Amino acid sequence: MNEEKSKAQGAVQTTGHAWDGDLQEFNNPLPNWWLWAFYASVLFALIYWILYPAWPVAGTFTKGVLNSITFVDSDGNEKTTHWNTRSLLLKDLQEGSEAVRSQEYLDRITAASYAEILADADMMAFARSMANGIFGDNCAPCHGAGGAGVIGLFPALGDDDWLWGGTVEEIEATISNGHYGFMPGFKEALTEQQLDDVADYVLSLSGLETDADAMARGREIFQTSVGGCYYCHTAAGTGLKSQGAANLTDQIWTIADVTGAGSMRDKQAAVKRVIANGVERNMPRWSGRLTPTQIKLLTVYVHELGGGQ
Amino acid sequence: MIKHESIETNAGLLIILTLIVISIGGLVEIVPLFFINETVEEVEGVRPYSALELRGRDIYQREGCYLCHSQMIRPFRDEWLRYGHYSLAAESKYDHPFQWGSKRTGPDLARVGGKYSNEWHVAHLVNPRDVVPQSIMPNYPWLLETELDFSDVQDRMRALKKTGVPYSETQRELQRNIDEFGAEVAARLDILHAEENLMQQALANNYDGQRARITEMDALVAYLQVLGTMVDFSKYDEGYFTEFR
Repeated sequence: MNEEKSKAQGAVQTTGHAWDGDLQEFNNPLPNWWLWAFYASVLFALIYWILYPAWPVAGTFTKGVLNSITFVDSDGNEKTTHWNTRSLLLKDLQEGSEAVRSQEYLDRITAASYAEILADADMMAFARSMANGIFGDNCAPCHGAGGAGVIGLFPALGDDDWLWGGTVEEIEATISNGHYGFMPGFKEALTEQQLDDVADYVLSLSGLETDADAMARGREIFQTSVGGCYYCHTAAGTGLKSQGAANLTDQIWTIADVTGAGSMRDKQAAVKRVIANGVERNMPRWSGRLTPTQIKLLTVYVHELGGGQ
Repeated sequence: MIKHESIETNAGLLIILTLIVISIGGLVEIVPLFFINETVEEVEGVRPYSALELRGRDIYQREGCYLCHSQMIRPFRDEWLRYGHYSLAAESKYDHPFQWGSKRTGPDLARVGGKYSNEWHVAHLVNPRDVVPQSIMPNYPWLLETELDFSDVQDRMRALKKTGVPYSETQRELQRNIDEFGAEVAARLDILHAEENLMQQALANNYDGQRARITEMDALVAYLQVLGTMVDFSKYDEGYFTEFR
């Protein structure tokens, strides 16, 4: 019977073990290509253990040989270490082909004045593409990828209106130091009627037609110490840059959504809400987090986004 | 020499030898972790979370933020440019469990602290599309509505203390923290004053923009704002960190 079975199974070897008299186990050796690939992996591992950090020994580990990395540390000294990803990164930041190329441009940008950068097409092209990435990661979350902003929360950078000033120096100061924008709420200082009146006056400043009597009453509040609005927004309504006070005459609305409101009633309500509740906005400071050169690139980029001054 | 056949036919021997082989594999992987002391960087500034930040971390875990966000900046040039300095082992030494992760549906959050304003975080958590139109992150509006439950924050700190996080309960532990972290930080790590510290931090910073209430939003934003901010990298030469690898 055993013989018949082996014939039926062809020439497959058995391990030679037998249980219960006739229960046998086939021996199917691994294919040669697999076996050799396995031996090659073992050899690879052995070589890897020698060249790279691998085995823990007591409180330390084998560091690998013939594989050191040399980079320049922050003090400008050359430093050589065993192979590790941190040294590899530093070396890449210093010697990698892309890093070297962008460093050439970064050095030029660092050395140049804003006027020189704005006048140089080559440097501007670099600034646009490099700052696009920096802006996308750091600024776009609030101000939007194209600088559109979010009305009521984050100012639009794509328009002509600059709360804190639109010259390169002013933009740089804004990015470096951040800003704390604050307008007090007037809901306790003014009556409902007075709030309505001031809202009417504010709307009239940018040329919207409002009730003439209400507007006149609103002007009294705006232009005197009753409301004191002119302290920051100025008597003309154009806004003090040093306070980040909005220009109320230019039809660009950054907090009250006047443009989006349909009827005059809604427009008035939107402005009134802002006057009643006040505004508190905070832009973080970026110096420290970004390098001076990165801030310079961003300044150029933001300046260009909004048709800077 | 034991023959193959004698192992196969002897179940007891097979079990014992299997256990030995598996233990060797386990020991080789686990034991070195207890002895290698060269890999955790010695840096100043890393401290355990304050009571409010700790509740924020719990909410971060409850909401499953870690499923889409890692907290581990790897030492590659692209990550360095986008997220900042690579993460140090020391920066998560008080995290239990650590939030390193490897799944990045959203961006890495290891250095998100201080990057955006509190108002941004609140707007973004309530509805991410209000500030990032292309975002696919879910809305978390209930964070702003739900009062923060911090009745058990002391127990939570005690549990972490058992795993080795240096929160203090006794005068001696407080003194040890004062020596290590300075008086101001040590006071915030005191379990006995956890609740008042939590309220104080929430009210002083008003993370959620609602002065009258302490919500889960306060806690989560407080946590997000401290991520990756504890170490002042300007104090260290870059070469220094390579000594721990």
